[in-house]
Amino acid sequence: MINIENIRNDFPILKRKVHKDKALVYFDNAATTQKPMQVIDSISHYYLHYNSNIHRAVHELAEEATLAYETTRDKIAKFINAKNREEIVFVRGTTEAINLVAYAWGRQNINKDDIVVTTEYEHHSNIVPWQLLTKERGAKLEYIGVDDNGELILDQLNRYLETGKVKLVTFSQMSNVLGTITNSEEIIRRCKKNGVRVLVDGAQSVPHMKVDLQKLDCDFFAFSAHKMLGPTGVGVLWARKELLEAMVPFNGGGDMIREVHKYETTWNDLPYKFEAGTPNIADVIGFGAALDYLDKIGMDKVREHEVEITRYALDKISQIKGIKIYGPMDTAKRGGVISFNLGDIHPHDLATIIDEDGVAIRSGHHCAQVLMERLDVSATSRASFYIYNTKDEVDVFIKSLYRAKELFRI
Amino acid sequence: MSSADIYREIILDYYRNPRNYGKLPNPDVAQRDSNPLCGDELEMHLNIQENKVVDVKFTGKGCAISQASASMLTELIMGKDFEAVKKLSKEDILDNLGLHDLGPARIKCALLSLKVLKSGLYSYLSEKLKDTASADKIKEEASGLY
Repeated sequence: MINIENIRNDFPILKRKVHKDKALVYFDNAATTQKPMQVIDSISHYYLHYNSNIHRAVHELAEEATLAYETTRDKIAKFINAKNREEIVFVRGTTEAINLVAYAWGRQNINKDDIVVTTEYEHHSNIVPWQLLTKERGAKLEYIGVDDNGELILDQLNRYLETGKVKLVTFSQMSNVLGTITNSEEIIRRCKKNGVRVLVDGAQSVPHMKVDLQKLDCDFFAFSAHKMLGPTGVGVLWARKELLEAMVPFNGGGDMIREVHKYETTWNDLPYKFEAGTPNIADVIGFGAALDYLDKIGMDKVREHEVEITRYALDKISQIKGIKIYGPMDTAKRGGVISFNLGDIHPHDLATIIDEDGVAIRSGHHCAQVLMERLDVSATSRASFYIYNTKDEVDVFIKSLYRAKELFRI
Repeated sequence: MSSADIYREIILDYYRNPRNYGKLPNPDVAQRDSNPLCGDELEMHLNIQENKVVDVKFTGKGCAISQASASMLTELIMGKDFEAVKKLSKEDILDNLGLHDLGPARIKCALLSLKVLKSGLYSYLSEKLKDTASADKIKEEASGLY
């Protein structure tokens, strides 16, 4: 078991009070997680002691900064078990990673009447770039549906694959609303059999469970630092080397070039070809500290803890009369996310009420309006957990839900 | 303000039993808007005759504040002189709801109804009455609400 008290001590923000004297219960981790002192310190240490631009200058500060920045790349490769460090491209976040693939790979490979397949439980960031691309290329966008248990209907994938026109299947490894853990291996196996490329959105999975890219065998993989203890503004696109090599650059500018002449330019090696301009050096370094932190705990332990908290919360919340929980009830199929509605209380009203008790949850469409339509709701409330959350906090949350019921006289 | 002050009996009543809910068959003004942050949706229909609002209805989905606000606004403007409706302010709406110190996130819920109304009046003034000066003024008011 992990030592929660020790972990909580690393997160100063968890000691603050909200609404004057209420202890903070932070259950909005699927949106962004809090940051431990180790991450905050590593960023200020960079600015205090070796702030400098990377890759170019030969002075000592630049060498230290370059080393720290590039060390994070190695840590990431190890964390997700990527074969080559050159396959790790730093971007601003998952959204930018997906847009990069849509722009740099999609425009070269998606043609008229081709099909891109996504799913009904995607975040807008894995829908809108494909709408833009397919419209531009005269291609089609299709959806794998979601069943009443909140799982993907994989038979529909077969129907699309049978057309022989599918060029890309793109899906999230864990739904940010339902918490459903996608049967990724099975989807990828079917796609590979048909020679179809696969993009996996790992924004919600990498922070919460062990991800092994060699086992997964996808072609593109995207995730964000800020959902796994790291700073905002840093994300990762991983892609197979041969794909990155064949792709055109996404942004042009400094650092991504080998030689620039008046009318012609040759590209720098991977991954720099995709990292134009001065990157977010400090936050990449901070991300390295976040990876160290998670490594020390161990991703299996992280998952174990979340399963325990989620099971406890599901058990308590399902006893509330009038509650509607979305997504699978089996914690083997669900991450630490619980979306729900309580009677006719609109999620925004509910979030306002329980915020007064110090409980921070998310309410709204969670950037997943296609899924909201499928569930036939305009919004849900969502509680999402991480390594520092406790059962006592779940009790505060549950008690607060009963207070909301009372206020709404239900 | 505290939840107990926000979710008073009257707000819940308008949320659960909205007055003037529905659509008009041939509205002079039909305006729809949504709050992109939380997805609250609202559509208002008005009929205007001889400078009076003779009928008004709304449909929508969203939180108690946004829906109660819309319903109470329809009651406020029903039968009112068009000039008076044009002049309705943010404060009038919050007074009418009895909600004052709403936080920055929730005040948008309360004011969505007024935003929809003002945007509707803009179209009416510019397209039907060709009164560009008044239309521009009300458009500016609508965009300045939040």
